[in-house]
Amino acid sequence: MTGRTMLKPSVLLPLASLVMPFGLTASEKVIFAFRDPVPLAGLLTVLVAAIAVRLRPLPPWVDAGISLAAAVLAAAAPFHLLDQGYTLGTHAPGLWVMLAGAALVFWRALGILSAGSWPGRKAVVAGLFGLALVFVWEAGVRGFAVPRVLLPAPSAILAVMGPQSELLWADFQQTVLKAVLRGYLMGCLAGFVVAVIADRVPFLARGLLPFGNLVSAIPIVGIAPIMVMWFGFDWPSKAAVVVVMTFFPMLINTLAGLAASDRLQMDLMRSYAAGYWRTLVTLRLPNALPFLFNALKINATLALIGAIVAEFFGTPVVGMGFRISTEVSRMNLDIVWATILVAAVTGSVIYGALTLAERALTAWHPSARGR
Amino acid sequence: MTIDRLKRQGLPVATVALVILAVWYAGALWLNAPQAIEGLNRAGRPWEAMDLVNAAFAMKRPVLPTPGQVWADFSASVLNYPVTHIRSLVYHAGVTAGSALTGFAMGVALGTLLALGIVHNRTLDASLMPWVIASQTIPILAVAPMIVVILGNLGFTGLLPKAVISMYLCFFPVTVGMVKGLRSVDPLAQDLMRTYSASAAQVFWRLRLPASLPYLFTSLKVAVTISLVGAIVGELPTGGQAGLGSRLLSGSYYGQTIQIWSALFMAALLSILLIGAVSLAERLVVRGNGGRR
Repeated sequence: MTGRTMLKPSVLLPLASLVMPFGLTASEKVIFAFRDPVPLAGLLTVLVAAIAVRLRPLPPWVDAGISLAAAVLAAAAPFHLLDQGYTLGTHAPGLWVMLAGAALVFWRALGILSAGSWPGRKAVVAGLFGLALVFVWEAGVRGFAVPRVLLPAPSAILAVMGPQSELLWADFQQTVLKAVLRGYLMGCLAGFVVAVIADRVPFLARGLLPFGNLVSAIPIVGIAPIMVMWFGFDWPSKAAVVVVMTFFPMLINTLAGLAASDRLQMDLMRSYAAGYWRTLVTLRLPNALPFLFNALKINATLALIGAIVAEFFGTPVVGMGFRISTEVSRMNLDIVWATILVAAVTGSVIYGALTLAERALTAWHPSARGR
Repeated sequence: MTIDRLKRQGLPVATVALVILAVWYAGALWLNAPQAIEGLNRAGRPWEAMDLVNAAFAMKRPVLPTPGQVWADFSASVLNYPVTHIRSLVYHAGVTAGSALTGFAMGVALGTLLALGIVHNRTLDASLMPWVIASQTIPILAVAPMIVVILGNLGFTGLLPKAVISMYLCFFPVTVGMVKGLRSVDPLAQDLMRTYSASAAQVFWRLRLPASLPYLFTSLKVAVTISLVGAIVGELPTGGQAGLGSRLLSGSYYGQTIQIWSALFMAALLSILLIGAVSLAERLVVRGNGGRR
């Protein structure tokens, strides 16, 4: 134990916060950490975690456990103080300094956890990090009393999801189930079919590929106003935007995938006297699967973006893009964030489902072996 | 050899282009015909098929303008006004390009910084990288109007909110590409550097960074395209001030189809120019580093 390790910021920060104010009471009285058990407990455990683990080496899981417990206790402090009716923000520098110390201790715990080799550690570390981000958002917004029209707290967003669930469900139905899903299926299928035809007719492939690359370079969402003009305000116009956006990635990827089969494998199929269709179904399409899934994943994100942006150009009074643009102008940002949350979860679920399907279908492929 | 290549490449591309043009004119005729027939009937004179075709191809607010009409509007709005004029398409393209490139620069800086952190810090790799990847599944553009409105409330208007959206879109491909590139170093070359007792900084500047350049430029091409998309979408909620996005929006409000199409062509042209610039930079930089690509 040298003097240098004692002077680490994770020790200094909680020590310094002992003499700094932790907030103002309703009668404008400054309070300190030692006046309230909850912030004091957080402060002391952070201090213990920062010092104790350095006094002598502990087993890593004990070290990580103490550090995590200290971070959780410290994280409870701002909410407890708010419940007591204290004013935080710039009147509580001690609290934020103490939390900075807790963040260092928490970061140490993450370091220990990610250094291990137990199963699922990546998910745990990433999950804890995500929770910490949500905590910073919540504590920052509530502690500094950020106006609701600028940024609502995560708890306020979750709170609005219950009462507004019917609205959100109607938007989800309109945008995802009607526009995105149908447009996605049509666009991907069309891209796939055209690619198979173009592969059979090389003349067509050589003519189409430059256009595919050209279209992938231009901002396609711009066609949204044209589609709204052609197909009306309801979901068909959004589905049309999605079809155009998803068509070319699928076309390019399928063509690349169909070209991915080995010369040797093709020769083997020919020596078996397998015809074009048999070779396609048993050799070339399976070999193209990683490319197909790549396109399906890219398209899942593109489809959501296309449908939502197309709704900025006009919709019936329902839909996620409509909700976002109207509620932003009405300053109801909690509903906006709730809609964004729904969109994010939808995107992640589709992506996750595609990843699972890919693993199930391409487990034999060299690109899947490293996992 | 060039003749051969022209036959292999030029003929199919020209054929497909001709088919697209033919389909376009046929579609314009088919979509505009009802309106054109109504107009001819209202005029009261007897009319023939050729009159219908002429009317359908020369409408003021067609459902689908012909390529000729789009070209006429495009060249008129590019050539007939000085580039600082509000009706010049070059002016609007410049506004959009300005915020797109600002956001692009900010996004590349942020993305590179994140990639450096992720490559050099295992905890950051385990905790941050999954969120960078997960955030790609989120339709970020949905947040665009909110960012514009919030920053507007805080007193930031004009270029910055749009640049923030472009930055938000840009940094993901740069981070992912740079992480991949910085890790793509040949282990043998790394061992060689160690036998030279090179410092960490030397390994970074002489080995890791040059090795990551091809990955970086591939990401930059993706990033520059989506930075343009971000800037265009960012112009939608501010409502018709300047930029290609507001041209699209005002065109859709007032039914000015030809204006929408020429703005769309300008966006495509701008995007191709930007990608060309990145490709040029790639060739210069990679050649400067002795690369073969």
